[in-house]
Amino acid sequence: MKKSVLVLVAMALTVSLFIGCAKDSGTIKIAVVGAHSGDLASYGLPTVKAAELVAEEWNKKGGLLGKQIELVIEDDACKPEVAANSAAKVVGDGVVAVIGHICSGATKSALGIYNEAGIPAISPSATNPPLTQSGNYPNFFRTIAPDDAQAYTDSKFVAEVLGAKKVAILHDKQDYGKGFADFCMAALEEMGVETVLYEGITVGGIDYSSVLTKVANTDAEALIFGGYHPEASKLVQQMTQRGISIPFVSDDGVKDDTFIQVAGEFAEGVYASGPMDTSDNPMYKKAVQDHIDAYSEDPGAFFINAYAAATAMMNAIDKAGSTEGDAIMSALRSEYVETPLGSISFDEKGDAIGVGFAVYQVQNGVYVEL
Amino acid sequence: MNPDVKYFLQLVLSGLTKGSIYALIALGYTMVYGIIKLINFAHGEIYMIGAFTALIIGGVLQITTELSPLVILGISLVAAVFYSAAYGVTLEKIAYKPLRNAPRLTALISAIGMSLILQNFVLLAQTSDFLPFRSMIPDFSFLIPGKSLLTTTQLVIMVTTFVVMLFLTLLIKFTRMGKAMRATAQDKVMAQLVGIDINRVITFTFVIGSATAAIGGVLIANHTGQINFYIGFLAGIKAFVAAVLGGIGSIPGAVLGSFVLGMTESLGAGYISSAYDNAFAFLILILILIFKPSGLLGRNEVEKV
Repeated sequence: MKKSVLVLVAMALTVSLFIGCAKDSGTIKIAVVGAHSGDLASYGLPTVKAAELVAEEWNKKGGLLGKQIELVIEDDACKPEVAANSAAKVVGDGVVAVIGHICSGATKSALGIYNEAGIPAISPSATNPPLTQSGNYPNFFRTIAPDDAQAYTDSKFVAEVLGAKKVAILHDKQDYGKGFADFCMAALEEMGVETVLYEGITVGGIDYSSVLTKVANTDAEALIFGGYHPEASKLVQQMTQRGISIPFVSDDGVKDDTFIQVAGEFAEGVYASGPMDTSDNPMYKKAVQDHIDAYSEDPGAFFINAYAAATAMMNAIDKAGSTEGDAIMSALRSEYVETPLGSISFDEKGDAIGVGFAVYQVQNGVYVEL
Repeated sequence: MNPDVKYFLQLVLSGLTKGSIYALIALGYTMVYGIIKLINFAHGEIYMIGAFTALIIGGVLQITTELSPLVILGISLVAAVFYSAAYGVTLEKIAYKPLRNAPRLTALISAIGMSLILQNFVLLAQTSDFLPFRSMIPDFSFLIPGKSLLTTTQLVIMVTTFVVMLFLTLLIKFTRMGKAMRATAQDKVMAQLVGIDINRVITFTFVIGSATAAIGGVLIANHTGQINFYIGFLAGIKAFVAAVLGGIGSIPGAVLGSFVLGMTESLGAGYISSAYDNAFAFLILILILIFKPSGLLGRNEVEKV
């Protein structure tokens, strides 16, 4: 019984080797791996569509290096343990580059496998800072700013534009909000700004007057808040009512039109950081229009970042004139490429130069980029 | 004023506000429990429905008429009270009355079920997003210089809490209906034997309990500036803790418990850390229940053997 299973497995492996060889001739294979099923599928599927649109465009022009592009699409369901298998599978399929993965955890578990195989990977959405900053994955690139870039943008704004010397930091005790608050505190310390108050608040609380009293009792010149808009709108309303007039600076969770709608007049003057707005870029408009033409609906999450990632990767292969991993990586680092996110290139660590956050302020009921 | 004293005073006032907010919801909890020994977990949803009614009625009035904000507040408040009371009474008729002679746990599960149904009903009928609730309470000019200490909405909430508590206490102590309520609470069978229509008494209790919840919903939404379908759950949990702390079934107990809770949270947040305000709230609950299991003003019930 056991023997027959072994024989079967051996046969299957042999056959798969042949299939692998047989396919290897006329195409350049690029993997698209990410969450395509499960509750985070809506984060991963737009990337597949973006890659398909970009590949189609290249193929129409005659392909890459004279060969047609073939996409190898694998699902990792956003799970690290599945991601390692998907990675091994696409490496076995002989891909020359990877677009993905989507979630930071899954990306991390797959990167080691690509690194050993010398295959570059570019993610449209994995924002965990150490992925690039640790230096463990020289084959990793991304077209989205890491989490701490946002805190850095806000901190720089508070220190240099607002000129604050002392700040109070509040956060909502959740991963995103507290992470942002921690990064801000570290960045501000380097810039010589003192954090005089650092506190968590309870999500869904009715009354934040005690903690605001505490803020008012310090000599903070600005209040930084890490969290989402429901708490932010309560905070700004209760601040105004109590006559606390220091600037309120927050994150992408607050840079949302719902915040302005809910906080109304109290939102006026609030600062929040968000991804730079590139919707005026002609490539951005074209990418969205292509998506609407092809699927008759608006694109989903990270579509633009994925479009930029696919464009950058294919451009790098073209410029490198080879499918060798090292050649592609050095092309990614040296060549600027036009994408929907603007003209971008990649730094030594793999973060995109030219992709980042900007600070916005609510003026007359709309967010205006400063 | 000495800054330390001012800081302390601000924290105390903020604690009083929180206490009044919890008390407005806790009063309804404790009244219903006092009469039919049921923890009405759907009470928070009645509070939420009150806030939604006021939002809708107030919104329509603000757009279509040019009434002054105070008149709009008054009309919305009355509408919310009626609407919530209707919900409360219906709830009792559908979910609790058929279970009156069933074990208490059964009615409790029924209450949790109603809470989920009402939440999801509002979620489907309205939206899952937060909706803005523009304050209808205009700022009193005499409070503006002291607004770092006390805002108008806070003052209105505190005063309302005291008025409602006073009204309920007088109602229960000095009216015929109050007497009937006390009798029903003591012994339903005996109350019926002496000619009290306990169904009417219980309906009345739900009307009053839901009305206070609606008043709380409207005033608190004025304070927070936003509502969604889930606010009742979060507020209800805190109010429930406050009612247990003060001795569930006791009206002054609910108010006292709420103030103890609000004050603990506020001073804890002010002098230690606001990250742990829920921890302080539950710590004080545990401490009080260890030393006085029936709550601060609760009466020890003698188990009859």
